[in-house]
Amino acid sequence: MYTQALNSSEGEDRNIEDAARAAQFQARIDAEERIEPNDWMPAAYRKTLTRQISQHAHSEIVGMLPEGNWITRAPSLRRKAALLAKVQDECGHGLYLYAAAETLGTSREELVDLMLAGKAKYSSIFNYPTLTWADIGTIGWLVDGAAIMNQIPLCRCSYGPYARAMIRVCKEESFHQRQGFEIMLMLCRGTDEQKAMAQDALNRWWWPVLMMFGPPDQASQHSDTSTKWKIKRFSNDELRQKFVDATVPQAQFLGLTIPDPGMKQNANGNWEYSAIDWEEFKQVLSGNGPCNRDRLAARRKAHDDGAWVREAALAYAEKRRQRAALQAAE
Amino acid sequence: MATPNIPLWEVFIRSRNGLAHKHVGSLHATDATLALQAARDIYTRRGEGLSIWVVPSNAITASDPSEKGMMFEPAESKIYRHPTFYDVPDEVGHM
Repeated sequence: MYTQALNSSEGEDRNIEDAARAAQFQARIDAEERIEPNDWMPAAYRKTLTRQISQHAHSEIVGMLPEGNWITRAPSLRRKAALLAKVQDECGHGLYLYAAAETLGTSREELVDLMLAGKAKYSSIFNYPTLTWADIGTIGWLVDGAAIMNQIPLCRCSYGPYARAMIRVCKEESFHQRQGFEIMLMLCRGTDEQKAMAQDALNRWWWPVLMMFGPPDQASQHSDTSTKWKIKRFSNDELRQKFVDATVPQAQFLGLTIPDPGMKQNANGNWEYSAIDWEEFKQVLSGNGPCNRDRLAARRKAHDDGAWVREAALAYAEKRRQRAALQAAE
Repeated sequence: MATPNIPLWEVFIRSRNGLAHKHVGSLHATDATLALQAARDIYTRRGEGLSIWVVPSNAITASDPSEKGMMFEPAESKIYRHPTFYDVPDEVGHM
């Protein structure tokens, strides 16, 4: 669900492509045709999408960790069932996305191994800890809210399998945001301590959530090719502004204060926010966020602990295949 | 150690409304039984279907997109296959 700044592309490789085919390809994109897996595509388009879709898939899978942290401690059976369903959805989203990435020619296993080796990125937001139950509300409300802003335009992405995966994801994501907002609403209507807990979670998540949209437009050097290829339909800053404008009234409804004293509404009705600390973003992306090491360690452990299951299932399938071959020979 | 490759399957689901099975995506599984169970978990969490087919991806033969012109041209040029090709006077009414 989260592609943020990771959607960078490589323009240089294009020079070596057959110019006529590249022009034809661009004409198809300009005509809003969808590109399908077996169609000819520039190597850089394939590479950009493989990276973007796989990073998006990794984000879904790593994104199960901060929320999974609260499944056993959800405050009621209703909350627990909802959280469990949400985390299961994230897993499903990761799988839809790996399947879409694979259509470009790299296997899921290779992509997963790259992530486990620390060579592939995932969304910076999942490197922050979930300290209280209010963090689960805030993740649903804001992190999923930001993800929806990012993902709705991706439903019209030029690459067919990615666009189709995003349509499924977006349908399911709306439940995530609403359940998060409901958690926040309950806390805000509760005791003073509960409301303070909600405010504290908002204080900690607000800026990292704004960073989810990626670096400011003037610093994002790769956007041009992605825009030309219609992988990306809106700029980082456009989406960020849309998100802020949608979120401020929701925070007001909850009676929470956005931790940006300098924020003000301009004549066009847009909420202008203060400068974002891009140094923090850079640090988190390069592995120095509060939970980067924990997240990777947890993924590696889960992968290693599941190795025997993959081996056993493959061995069983092979045994049955051999038995069937023997019976057929008799 | 690199993770071993697990076979790919294509998933088709028939929705409640009685339409034909429709391709919904793919998944990895070591055999057909596990593929069906995984398809249930991945593609029908919200009552999307009443029947699932799983097909090994390598069992599918696909037409070549670069030859789609030649492949589908015969359908393009035969406008007399469409009902609107034939004139029926208005007096005859709906046909």
